[in-house]
Amino acid sequence: MDKEINIGDTISKGDVPNDITMNSSPFSKKIKQSTRIKESLIKYFFAINGTAALIFIILIFIFLFKEGFRAFEHIQLVDFIYHNRLAEDGTSSKVFEWFPTSDEARYSLIPLILGTLLTAIPATILSTILGVGAGIYLAEIANPKAKEILKPIVELFAGIPTVVLGFLMLVVGASFFNDLLNPTNRLNAFIAALGLSFVVIPIIASLTEDALHSIPNDLRMASYGIGATKWQTISKVILPAATSGISASILLGFGRAIGETMIVLMAAGNAANITSNIFQSVRTMTATIAAEMGEVSQGSDHYFALFFIGIVLFTITFFLNLIAEVIINKMRKKNTF
Amino acid sequence: MKETKITVKNLNLFYGEKQALADISIDIYSQRVTAFIGPSGCGKSTFLRVINRMNDLIDDVRITGKIQIDGIDIYDKNLDVVNLRKRIGMVFQKSNLFPKTIYENLIFGPRINGIKDRKVLDEIAEKTLIQAALWEEVKDRLDDPALSLSGGQQQRLCIARALAVEPQIILMDEPASALDPISTAKIEELIDELKKNYTIVIVTHNMQQAARVSDYTAFFYLGRLIEYDKTSRIFTNPSNRQTEDYVTGRFG
Repeated sequence: MDKEINIGDTISKGDVPNDITMNSSPFSKKIKQSTRIKESLIKYFFAINGTAALIFIILIFIFLFKEGFRAFEHIQLVDFIYHNRLAEDGTSSKVFEWFPTSDEARYSLIPLILGTLLTAIPATILSTILGVGAGIYLAEIANPKAKEILKPIVELFAGIPTVVLGFLMLVVGASFFNDLLNPTNRLNAFIAALGLSFVVIPIIASLTEDALHSIPNDLRMASYGIGATKWQTISKVILPAATSGISASILLGFGRAIGETMIVLMAAGNAANITSNIFQSVRTMTATIAAEMGEVSQGSDHYFALFFIGIVLFTITFFLNLIAEVIINKMRKKNTF
Repeated sequence: MKETKITVKNLNLFYGEKQALADISIDIYSQRVTAFIGPSGCGKSTFLRVINRMNDLIDDVRITGKIQIDGIDIYDKNLDVVNLRKRIGMVFQKSNLFPKTIYENLIFGPRINGIKDRKVLDEIAEKTLIQAALWEEVKDRLDDPALSLSGGQQQRLCIARALAVEPQIILMDEPASALDPISTAKIEELIDELKKNYTIVIVTHNMQQAARVSDYTAFFYLGRLIEYDKTSRIFTNPSNRQTEDYVTGRFG
């Protein structure tokens, strides 16, 4: 009577277990093996999707470090800082130059790091002013209709291909500022920083808006109830409560400015100068990799040196993102009363 | 001996197309506690927010009728709303202290009014904490985060913060609904003490509380003011059938 039924068995009518005759309870129905398999397949499918990002990051990490550290087979760590040039009279002098294709190859990352900072820092400062302002406007001041229109536009900005922005700065922006400010070089750090701002502003604006949005409305009511004006409420209550979120948005924006490639490649002039003059051409770490990786002979010192730049970049952006993530998490905990 | 503080005549309030308050006329008396009771959604909290114009912060609100405080039309186009709110303290259902220290919460109001002298601010902090019966409990920890206080203490600190700008009217929107009985009793004692100097309007869901703390009670239902009278009369001999049904717990 009580016959076991396996998957794949052909079940004739007489074999179908009848709940009512065999077992009087309606709860006694057993789960089907096929359902169980289907459920676990679905589970594993999504588990793989979920961990894929992590696996890729780890693989990239391993590849980058494996290739990058091979640079040390022929290049010393100090060579990435300066090159000791021996003069004919036996004296030596330190040279901070990136010139890996020369017979006397020089691998100093100093001009590249400074170039990166000279574009990323001004871009971040400008973007902080405009982006935080835009975020405050969207979250606290704009009426719902204005917000409905402006918010998608700000987000749309983040979606413009960077090659378009680079081209725009290269052709239109550079000419305009060339006439206006008469810079040292037509393509310079300033032009690149302006181009970078187009990508960084939407990041800061939208994250600032999120940070302000997460401030409980009770606090605004408390402030208005005491008789604070709108500006007092924003400056004395809302912004202080959102400081950590806004700082995180600035850090993420800075990370993006450091990692951005196409705009700086096209607009910064690509001369590896050591300069504090924002109107001079500079070359960033990212632009160096992008410009030289296609031409370098695989397995050469130059090739591995480019990977080493990748390690430096990866480390910087990784830590910036990590710090920002920690701050954002802290903020979330703080605001759940 | 009673003196009218707030006069409301034929007030209507609309959220967009929806009418939330209909034809409300009421006189609220100085140095008395007036309780607003009624089932959820009856408009009592909305009406409370009419008095300090907090509804201005919501889009699409339209108001008709007249509301005067001390004979002055508070919906006058040229009236300074920020100044109005300084004269009217407000305490909310959930304590909404700023994530700052106890001291900074207290002096927030005085400071935005331009008081910078630390001595004066200290005095205000002490005075209002004494008024709010909180001084003994927090005097040694003024620089602790306000959110480290217990729920009842937080709510009393909210009251102290409201008192610090020296208002004449205090609006309370279910100030004790989230508190335990002991903290509630403390708030009620405090209300009793404060009415000597302030006009107090309190919205409450708790009818025993209305009966205990208020001198006058207004019963709202579906956006209308059904009955308004001395509390003792509302709870013992109401003239309206709906009021009677509500206070005896037959509905609501």
